[in-house]
Amino acid sequence: MELTPEDWSAVRLTLELSTLVTVLLLIIGTPIAWWLARTRSRLRGVIGAVVSLPIVLPPTVLGFYLLVLMGPQGAVGRFTEALGLGRLPFTFTGLVVASIIYSLPFVVQPIQNAFMAMGDRPLEVAATLRASPLATFFTVTLPLARPGFITAAILGFAHTVGEFGVVLMIGGNIPDKTRVISMQIYNHVEAMEYGQAHGLAAGLLAFSFIVLLGLYAVGGRNGLGGGR
Amino acid sequence: MSEAGIQLQCRLPLADFTLDADLNLPGRGVTALFGPSGSGKTSLLRCVAGLARPAGRVEINGECWQDNARRIFLPTHRRPLGYVFQEASLFAHLSVRANLEFGLKRIAAAERKVGWEAAVELLGIGHLLDRGTAALSGGERQRVAIARALLTSPRLLLMDEPLAALDSRRKQEILPYLERLHDELATPILYVSHSPDEVARLADHLVLLEQGKVVASGPTAELLARLDLPLALDEDAAVLVDTRVVGHDDDYQLTRLGFPGGVIKVTRKALEVGARARLKIQARDVSIALSGENQSSIVNRLPARIVGFGDAAHPAQCLVRLDAGGTPLLARITRLSKDQLGLREGLPVVAQIKSVALLA
Repeated sequence: MELTPEDWSAVRLTLELSTLVTVLLLIIGTPIAWWLARTRSRLRGVIGAVVSLPIVLPPTVLGFYLLVLMGPQGAVGRFTEALGLGRLPFTFTGLVVASIIYSLPFVVQPIQNAFMAMGDRPLEVAATLRASPLATFFTVTLPLARPGFITAAILGFAHTVGEFGVVLMIGGNIPDKTRVISMQIYNHVEAMEYGQAHGLAAGLLAFSFIVLLGLYAVGGRNGLGGGR
Repeated sequence: MSEAGIQLQCRLPLADFTLDADLNLPGRGVTALFGPSGSGKTSLLRCVAGLARPAGRVEINGECWQDNARRIFLPTHRRPLGYVFQEASLFAHLSVRANLEFGLKRIAAAERKVGWEAAVELLGIGHLLDRGTAALSGGERQRVAIARALLTSPRLLLMDEPLAALDSRRKQEILPYLERLHDELATPILYVSHSPDEVARLADHLVLLEQGKVVASGPTAELLARLDLPLALDEDAAVLVDTRVVGHDDDYQLTRLGFPGGVIKVTRKALEVGARARLKIQARDVSIALSGENQSSIVNRLPARIVGFGDAAHPAQCLVRLDAGGTPLLARITRLSKDQLGLREGLPVVAQIKSVALLA
């Protein structure tokens, strides 16, 4: 059961999507996690719940609303058209945007936990040693929260690799643009090509297992899986 | 505008009470903030550091760090201070050396008054530099934390019960270093403590706090001998006497320590004649006799005059404040003896001192 060129294309697209999404999520998720970990605002609960919604929401529900929002009648759709970006559904960019929302909680929560576990003390110590808040963030906060960032990156990446429902709703099944591994497995099964489906499915299974193995190894030292 | 000394006016609502301190403290030496747990000592220190934001004014030897009237509030990282926290607060992701450099590298070369060698030597941490922080003992961590604070050449050193988290052996290990800080640095130190022992050993000036209010503020020796302060009620009520070595007695192996109230003999110490020595004399080690005739084994007998009486912890006892040539002494005796001897204010007596502790 050799992988076909279409299969390889799906693998490459999936890795591209997940890598890009993970990088963007670390950039977007860090300030959100920082705010959630440290704010005393009453909005904290609401924002925290919104960020966490994708954990419990069926991906099809999320995908459906994103489709509506990004479509020609949706607020986001009109906005992107006005900017001359065109419509996002059924494009790689649309998939990236949807994946970011879909995987956000998996990145925000480990980072937020790491920030909270660290407490105020290291920040206060840094301030008494003349470090500005910005310098403190880069020289104290980030290094101390590193295990949280590793966990966040792994979870965000793996979760994006595994997504199906959102892609189905918003990306469709366009070769080289939106056809990721999970779609390709679905295609093979639909066409009764079980051997081909096995090739990709077994690969994903092994990948997931290795990711979790790595995570628990880190978790033993840091929190997730090891328990704090 | 520039005035020497430390001026603090801080009002800060806390959970159970409002911290309300208006203090004028000496701009040099060690000032201890003393009081029971939860009396607002740490909060006051945090106000000085800018870690808490009180209403009021903070001025350190003419430098204004906060003044609400002038809308000045320097954030902590712009205040030239050093802060030693109660528990070891070293950065876990950095080696000892990198911890020390963390603050140092943010100080302009021209501002560096405390050198690397000096700080490392003063706290005896030369052999620890290349270790990680996890491998250090509690006492070593705290010494590194103190050196790290010193290396920023602070104009004020704030220490929040730096010994509280340590067992008594580690305390004894660090106290000499703190005494050296006191003797060798010109930097004023605000030192939070609830240990009378530490205060007696280290502090020149004492601030008593209770429920966020300043009960008393003054030179340590003076405050310790006051009968109206809660210090006197303590089991360990004691006074401090600053003396100088006036000579040694080779035959009996004694050292003579002189002060305005007389001479106190202690077992021979390796101190040079003229050296300063601070004695702590506990009230329970002082008894009172009416005549000067020596019919006991007690060596140190000083003429003194009774200046007042106060309550002791136990109702059977009372505290007698004595004046020995201008130096206050406290004696704790039973109320029975007081009445049998007919002790009253103004009466000349002999203070018999059973034992003294040499502090520094």
